[in-house]
Amino acid sequence: MNQFFSEADYFALVPAVMLALFGCAILLFDFVVFPEPRQRKRLAFVLIAGEAFAGYALWNQQANLAANGPSQAFHGALVIDGFSIFFNWIFIAATVIVAMVSYKYLEIEGEHHAEYYSLMMFAQCGMFFLAAGTDLVTLFIGLELMALSFYVMVGFLRTSKRSNEAAMKYLLLGAFSSGFLAYGFSVMYGISGSTKLADVATAIAARGPFDPLVLLALATTSVGLLFKISAVPFHMWAPDAYEGAPTTVTAYLSVASKAASIAFLLRIFLGPLASARDAWEPILIFVAVATMTVGNLAAINQSNIKRLLAYSSISHAGYMLLGLIAGNDTGIEGIAVYVMVYTFMNLGAFLVLVALRRKGIIGEDMDDIAGLMHKSPGYALLMLIFLLSLAGIPPTAGFLGKYYIFLSLIETHHYTLAVIATLYVAVAIYYYFRIVRSMFARELTEPAPLSTSFGLRVALAVSVILTLGIGLYPEPFLRLAQTSLPH
Amino acid sequence: MMDNHLLSLVLFTPLAGLLVLLFIPSRQKELIKVWANLASFAGFLISLPLVSRFDKSVSGFQFVERANWIPSLGAQYLIGIDGISLLLIMLTTVIGFIAILSSWNAIQDRLKEYYCMFLLLQVGMLGVFMSMDFFLFYVFWELVLVPMYFIIGVWGGPRKLYAAIKFFLYTLAGSVLMLLGILTLYFQYAGQFGKYTFEISELMKLSLPLGLQEWVFWAFFLGFAIKVPMFPFHTWLPDAHVEAPTAGSVILASVLLKMGTYGFIRFSLPLLPKASMDHTIVQVLAVLSIVGIIYGALVSLMQKDWKKLVAYSSVSHLGFCTLGIFAMNPNGLAGSVLQQINHGISTGMLFLIIGVVYERRHTREIAEYGGLAHVMPKYAVIFAIAMLSSAGLPLLNGFIGEFTILQGAFEANRAWAAFAVTGVVFGAAYLLWLYQRTMLGQITNGKNLHLPDLSLREIVVFLPLIAWAIWIGVYPKPYFDILEKPVQQIVERVRPGYYQGGAQAATRPAPGVTGRGPGVSGQ
Repeated sequence: MNQFFSEADYFALVPAVMLALFGCAILLFDFVVFPEPRQRKRLAFVLIAGEAFAGYALWNQQANLAANGPSQAFHGALVIDGFSIFFNWIFIAATVIVAMVSYKYLEIEGEHHAEYYSLMMFAQCGMFFLAAGTDLVTLFIGLELMALSFYVMVGFLRTSKRSNEAAMKYLLLGAFSSGFLAYGFSVMYGISGSTKLADVATAIAARGPFDPLVLLALATTSVGLLFKISAVPFHMWAPDAYEGAPTTVTAYLSVASKAASIAFLLRIFLGPLASARDAWEPILIFVAVATMTVGNLAAINQSNIKRLLAYSSISHAGYMLLGLIAGNDTGIEGIAVYVMVYTFMNLGAFLVLVALRRKGIIGEDMDDIAGLMHKSPGYALLMLIFLLSLAGIPPTAGFLGKYYIFLSLIETHHYTLAVIATLYVAVAIYYYFRIVRSMFARELTEPAPLSTSFGLRVALAVSVILTLGIGLYPEPFLRLAQTSLPH
Repeated sequence: MMDNHLLSLVLFTPLAGLLVLLFIPSRQKELIKVWANLASFAGFLISLPLVSRFDKSVSGFQFVERANWIPSLGAQYLIGIDGISLLLIMLTTVIGFIAILSSWNAIQDRLKEYYCMFLLLQVGMLGVFMSMDFFLFYVFWELVLVPMYFIIGVWGGPRKLYAAIKFFLYTLAGSVLMLLGILTLYFQYAGQFGKYTFEISELMKLSLPLGLQEWVFWAFFLGFAIKVPMFPFHTWLPDAHVEAPTAGSVILASVLLKMGTYGFIRFSLPLLPKASMDHTIVQVLAVLSIVGIIYGALVSLMQKDWKKLVAYSSVSHLGFCTLGIFAMNPNGLAGSVLQQINHGISTGMLFLIIGVVYERRHTREIAEYGGLAHVMPKYAVIFAIAMLSSAGLPLLNGFIGEFTILQGAFEANRAWAAFAVTGVVFGAAYLLWLYQRTMLGQITNGKNLHLPDLSLREIVVFLPLIAWAIWIGVYPKPYFDILEKPVQQIVERVRPGYYQGGAQAATRPAPGVTGRGPGVSGQ
């Protein structure tokens, strides 16, 4: 077997192996070690232990990267570079934060099962391959692993119609988009005769951007990729899936799945499709503007906060695309920074909603959050900070994400796009502040205390410290993001 | 040596007060009030040494503090002041204290949040006037929005939420576009000098073509003009003022609006000298200023609401300030800065005066009042002083500022001065008429018969402002001395050779301006 696998291959794979192993272990633990239902919250700690191992492996990879530079594994199917490591740190952080708040939430929903945690780890395993994969097949399998896990998680509340409907919608549209993506990949394979991204890139560069087959591959691949990041016009699933899914899953979906999909998108557009920039730049400009427009304008009238945040997350995808359109180092670094800050601020906002879900109270409507300042000033203040950050107001972290995107647009002379993007900040503040208004200016309607847990408090503390910390002293985080530039 | 960190101390005293305030339980209402007043008073006391240690014979920035903040972006923690910032900082610490003191009885619920917001606002405003780094400046600039939103939106009048979000959206839209202008300069600097920095004095070394300067100028213009607010961007101001609680109006009119005029003076002029001297731009801005002066005054004449009247009078008075800036000569600029201080003093007093009767009667309809001088004689005297200072009566502060601005405007373009001077006339008209309708004659409304006169605390609130108004009115020389060097620097920067060529030559913009005046350097 040694001619097939080298030590470097194993080394590259360790984080994913850890995730898969612990994911399976959780299933076993469920009936072997912690058979009692009330013991299930310990499974969250098993998950965190697994993440610790994965994190340790990632740490080693980072040390190796610093010493020896990027390394390939499995004959170029995987690459361990700053980009993959950076995104994997984000996945780990997001998974741990979500897992910490899930046990209480699922108990309230009455659907606390071990599968939940293992699905999270399997999904994250897929994300690992999306960030590290450099082979069409690897990437596709990674995507499906992540997506399938999410289909199940979105429908995790088996008795809830909303949840089932959301899962069904997400599954059908997701499968459809995967079909497009697979078709695009098959065309790429047809062009190049190889599944390696580097070979595909060479073949596409040789044909030029406006070759019919290249355009076909570009169009179909883009459909699949843009669906995953919920860009307009492939965003329809997002509001429904976000609203219907359990709030913890919504948080996970909106953050980790989006980050992984952005990583995937960057791998494809900056890899095989890099030479076809002339063809895709106008398309992406249209998509980005449409995404920001639809996301921001549709959010204005939402009365369900989860749905509002779904539209806001659509608009954030538009901002991230702008960094790709600019395409210079600032833009790509900007996407990395954006994804990083978005992870913590968006998670934070959803965590507050998680706390609003109590026995018998769904707690995701504008009315449910009314007067929160009177009842739980701490939570109201946290939500305010997360919302300010989502809007991009300094000194919160969200400002830095937007800062890089704006700067990259100016550097590449996309002035009109820059003006549009900045003006949507003002629109965004309007709908985010509808929530703020409800929290601070309205009277208390629901006196029942929030459902908190130790995990939720820790997770909120981590999110807010990072949201403010990255905003006030961003230097170390920016350095981390700089390492993610693919070269 | 304390000197080294004096500015930081001034900047962060309110923040320290805020942090302590967070730990006082909400039930301890008296303690919260006392602490907030102490903190803001301490902020004022700590800012006093700035005046005594400020060396007005030195040009350039003083009390400079520099520390690396975000090396990856080239953003620094870099603060320092010159004469212009010194005056505005003193205005901020004085008015900040007075606004907090005036809230003692006016605010009854959510005291802790209220005072926290005020102290945070104070930090933001002080930071804006101190920053010598554009990134830092922008952070403080935006930091101001949030507490002001809450002050209007939580403790305001019936339409507070509408007014608060309008304020927020207007100013935010302007400032994000300004951010694009900042980033353009930043990027251009990196292109010319090979490194990234937000330091203002470094960015001044840029030589940009006129076309680009004009674009950046308009981007800055939107940010600053909305804040000032210049006509036609003023529509948020009356709403915000009418709905805001008294102290909020005071701080908004007296200090917050000055951030806009300060932005023009500190950034637009020195960073974009060619655009600032461009004939079209100067004409447009002067005309907008004059329209603002006359329009604000005329609309004031029509108002039935006391507070709205004063709000529109701000539009008119700030028109003078911007006109002085774009007259682009020493008189105009010095007059403009002084008038900003004056407006802070007199309009601050006028809003406090409205607050006094509003606390007693809970209405601001002018028609509800009349003959108040009979029952509230002390109040009538103080109102008279505030009103006359705002109207520009000689020996009071308003006269000095308006007169100097008109001198500057006259030097730049006689027609400007001719139009602007009508604003003074109208200003006297609406203020005197307001005074007549509310204070003089017989008491027509029975509810006013037993209004109590000013209490000692209320008088204490007014005294420093009155003293200040008289000081500037009688002996303005120290102020002009402080302003001389920084104004000279800006004029040299925008119109090189102004002082050598004498006033005659300088009334016409010299052709072939290279825009390479002596940069402001922070030593």
